[in-house]
Amino acid sequence: MARVLMKGCEAIAEAAVRAGCRFFAGYPITPQNEIPEYFARRLPEVGGNFVQGESEVASINMVYGAAAAGARAMTSSSSPGIALKSEGISYCAAARIPIVYCNVARGGPGVGAIQPAQQDYFEATKAAGNGGFRMLVYAPSTVQEAVDMTYRAFDDADRDRNPVLILADGVIGTMMEPVELPEMKSEEEVKAIQDSKKDWACIGHKLDYANRAWIQPGQWDTVKMQQWNEDAYEMYKTWKPEVEIYQVEDAEVVMTAYGISARICKSVVDILRAEGKKVGLIRPITVSPFPYDAYDAINYDICKTVLDVEMSIPPQFIADVDRGIHHRAEIETCLCSGGNIMSRDAVIEAVNKLLAK
Amino acid sequence: MELIYSRTKTIQEDKVSGFCPGCMHSTVIKLIGEVIEELDVVDKSVLITGIGCCGLHMDYIAYDTITAPHGRACAVATGMKKASPDSLIFTYQGDGDFASIGLAESVSAANRGGNFTVIFINNGIYGMTGGQMAPTTLLGMKASTAPKGRIAEEHGYPMHMSEILDKLTAPAYIERTSCNNPQNVMKTKKAITKAFKNQLEGKGFSMVEIVTSCPTNWGLDPMKSLEFIEEKMLPEYPLGVIRDTIG
Repeated sequence: MARVLMKGCEAIAEAAVRAGCRFFAGYPITPQNEIPEYFARRLPEVGGNFVQGESEVASINMVYGAAAAGARAMTSSSSPGIALKSEGISYCAAARIPIVYCNVARGGPGVGAIQPAQQDYFEATKAAGNGGFRMLVYAPSTVQEAVDMTYRAFDDADRDRNPVLILADGVIGTMMEPVELPEMKSEEEVKAIQDSKKDWACIGHKLDYANRAWIQPGQWDTVKMQQWNEDAYEMYKTWKPEVEIYQVEDAEVVMTAYGISARICKSVVDILRAEGKKVGLIRPITVSPFPYDAYDAINYDICKTVLDVEMSIPPQFIADVDRGIHHRAEIETCLCSGGNIMSRDAVIEAVNKLLAK
Repeated sequence: MELIYSRTKTIQEDKVSGFCPGCMHSTVIKLIGEVIEELDVVDKSVLITGIGCCGLHMDYIAYDTITAPHGRACAVATGMKKASPDSLIFTYQGDGDFASIGLAESVSAANRGGNFTVIFINNGIYGMTGGQMAPTTLLGMKASTAPKGRIAEEHGYPMHMSEILDKLTAPAYIERTSCNNPQNVMKTKKAITKAFKNQLEGKGFSMVEIVTSCPTNWGLDPMKSLEFIEEKMLPEYPLGVIRDTIG
């Protein structure tokens, strides 16, 4: 398939349309405005619907409604807006409604900065809403990955009847890169997907109490509520973490990072390897579930320190890294967060300092 | 013997009302069910409940239902109607849900003229949580969070949602009814019928505001509650068609 040059936000939206997304509701917030704008143009062309919600809160609830009627539906926002959506995300999880959403993350807390950051790690992976539910969370480090992850996220969401999050950032969302777009699902395929949800979707059913669609984001019966949590927990356990382990085997210093920070780290590996320095990278592709076992790939006899590189201050990703390393090495950090992208030179300097130890 | 009245099939056979004595939710739920049955649309009906006593609606019925987050029912309806335009989609919301926490969703959905129906239950108080002040609480009316009664200088005035929405251009039909006597119950049923028909005919946003009682949290017995509606609620919330662009 031909490669096209696309901005991250627009590529994410196009990937969703190609995956069969036929409903999008969103609210303006920088740096993700190109996502709703793209959907506003594109969805009418394929018989879908776009609504500019009156708020992030309304938008996620529109998506909850559309997905509850069986449509593949999506919303997006950036950090403060994602926080507003947390109520609806939790309801989707509780009601087992499949949706996809994207956080084009920016600085924080509060209104923060409109520039890229990775300040939403805990929110994305540990508590995207009240109630302790879990989600698959993909962390793209290129526009191509963002496209591929968005495309498959709809299948994941439908399989599990659970929300899926694309945890991007302002760099992925706003930069242009050549991408290969996935195949456009045919109208027949899109209809078949929606029809496959007819049993449980709220669309109206024949008069029959046992077979009505009952979508309940919670349980009034305590035994049923516990059972629901136990069933969800079993479902979460079926997820397989995904990770890229890059030049780690003989590495004296291993960097670990996700998303755009990991991409910068990967270029650092290549630069320092060319100088004969033994460095590697562990890059979680899913940050939920987290690939803890990937850190077993490190040779701790030669690697005494792992460098956690993230655009978050204080660091958050480090908490999962720490669990993966489990006291087998020291963890040092290379951090930035104010809106500036992680500096490659700063990472090189931090790695060199560790190599010199 | 000729059968001249029976329970609507849209309510589960084995269900007995668990609402408080004198509560009008059961009356309205029955009316909605009857209208759905009479219009022969049970196989396309979807109830979106709000949070609070309104949410108990789902327990009794035999058609599709989903619970919206508190106040968000009109947003859920907006998305659902887009995805399933042939379904008969209606929200069932109390005053706290529709007029307080959901004010933005309610007004915005009405302003878009979304082709769905709102059944808005106005009893001037929060029911399930135990009698807190609502946007519709009358001046002087006591609530657990307004122990001296609603005071205009402190709490503002009762909100008239039907009149507020009537200021918008898009809504097709808004009527305020009550269920405090048999005549008004019949008028309520007629209004619900009209609102549902509007949706089925693609006429746009319709709302029926129903002035009801909450004997438990008003601290009145069911009969006194009916008097309270007549003497206090209806002067503040006069009944009638507020808006009808359909005719």
